[in-house]
Amino acid sequence: MISVQGLTKDYGLVRALDELSFSVNEGEILGFLGPNGAGKTTTMRILTGYMPPTRGIVSVAGYDVVEQSLDARRHIGYLPETVPLYGEMTVYDYLDFCAAIRRVRDRRQAIDRVLEACDIGDVSDHLIAKLSKGYRQRVGLAQALVHDPAVLVLDEPTIGLDPRQILSVRELIRGLGGEHTVILSTHILPEVSQVCQRVLIINRGRIVAEDTPERLTSALQGGTRVHLRLAKASPEAAGMLAGVPGVRSVTPIGVDGYEVICDGADDPRPELAEMAVHRGWGLLEMRSVAMSLEEVFIQLTTDEASPPEERVPAGEVDDRREEGR
Amino acid sequence: MRNVYYVARRELNAYLASPIAYVVAAVYLAVLGGLSGFILYYSREATLRYTLTHGVTLLFLVLVTQVLTMRLLADEQRQGTIELLLTSPVRDWEVVVGKYLAGLAVFALMVLLSGYFPIVLMRIGDPDVGVMLSGYLGFLLLGSALLAIGVFASSVTQNQVVAAVLGMGIAILMWLSGALTEFVGEGLRTVIEYLPIFDHYFDFVRGIIDTRHILYYVSVAVLFLFLSARVLEARRWR
Repeated sequence: MISVQGLTKDYGLVRALDELSFSVNEGEILGFLGPNGAGKTTTMRILTGYMPPTRGIVSVAGYDVVEQSLDARRHIGYLPETVPLYGEMTVYDYLDFCAAIRRVRDRRQAIDRVLEACDIGDVSDHLIAKLSKGYRQRVGLAQALVHDPAVLVLDEPTIGLDPRQILSVRELIRGLGGEHTVILSTHILPEVSQVCQRVLIINRGRIVAEDTPERLTSALQGGTRVHLRLAKASPEAAGMLAGVPGVRSVTPIGVDGYEVICDGADDPRPELAEMAVHRGWGLLEMRSVAMSLEEVFIQLTTDEASPPEERVPAGEVDDRREEGR
Repeated sequence: MRNVYYVARRELNAYLASPIAYVVAAVYLAVLGGLSGFILYYSREATLRYTLTHGVTLLFLVLVTQVLTMRLLADEQRQGTIELLLTSPVRDWEVVVGKYLAGLAVFALMVLLSGYFPIVLMRIGDPDVGVMLSGYLGFLLLGSALLAIGVFASSVTQNQVVAAVLGMGIAILMWLSGALTEFVGEGLRTVIEYLPIFDHYFDFVRGIIDTRHILYYVSVAVLFLFLSARVLEARRWR
């Protein structure tokens, strides 16, 4: 449905996208992940025909986005990063305009459908300028859906929504898969694992990873990690724990915590527990920690050359994750 | 073509929803009304000629057209709504022409509202109706060329004030360009003599409808609308 080959985009001397190639199958939901400035929005703008590529071939729904731009655009619904809304219009009139310029036959029916799908029926006669951020975002989504396009390109669709709305929008997007082909970009990593079938991580205009969310996490994980907390550990505890078969390394964390990295598939937790109990260290807690998608993300998108502020602060991502639940 | 209609209709509603059109129309009618009153009082002639050719009228026309058009494309670019239009199956020129027609409609409405003045003249004297109609036609044509200049100025910037000032600058430079004829050779002179935007207007006010003048204003309008569409297209390439 979407095919991108050797896509390169230069802004003057700056290379925003460097030989990007990927494809999205019909009905698939692809998550587009990357730090700010990685090239997500640029890619989406090229897909939707807003700007042409410097080099490369991009086709959407079988149409080349440069050569057959109008045909390609007819099959795309696009929610840009800054939601394109006319404040002086009512929600209904705005959607009517969007439906009209995309040649929707039965506009009333199409509008009723998206008002319902995006849960904005109660504000259909309100002025857009008076709407809250959450409503504006959903009106933008409704606009992208009003002509029932084969391909949906959503640039951070859940930004600015409250937790309940985030859940309902994710539900909506997940429901779109199958019939529609969806590309969505996001900073919110759990969103990707909840909504998308495939993830594409890009950094500095290049694809650094491409796989299912589950496989990405497990592939990079290596071994399992176990967090231990011991109330009365002796100083030599760390060394003794490291001696348990299957344990690769032990790192003390804080006053009473230990991070135990294990090799491969072996799970040494029974041995660890037995040792702690046997030695009378006062086992307070033991849990295995899976490497989260955000850690994978940071591992893939951080390199020595990038300044620290480019890294995604894990704390912030974690907070958002809580919000999302 | 249907897209032109949809864009124009949306834009017309935007005009009606914002205070700009009302304020411009009210000030325009007040200024021209006052000016006409004075001219009538001193000239004691039932004619529109002095009003339509007065420097205040012409300067004010430049001002009004640029204020009416400054928002059209500049604001779309600042608000990011241009992204909606340019990623919808709408051609760039359809966006430009639709917006231009909405501005033209508002301007024509203003001119129509000032139609009370000929009626007053007909009540108190015996003006030549044909000459008045021809003058109004010239005024509309001049205005439609100035509006196209305004659309162009609005396409090159995100800032409405910059757009208005730029449009006024282009219009006034085109007005003054006639002075250059003194400094150029014979060949270039015939070209430059053709340029000044107000020179083609005075014949209309005298009651002469010359197709060359009509052609001039139509071609200025088409040229600047064409340039606006090209600017929109060029924006994509950056």
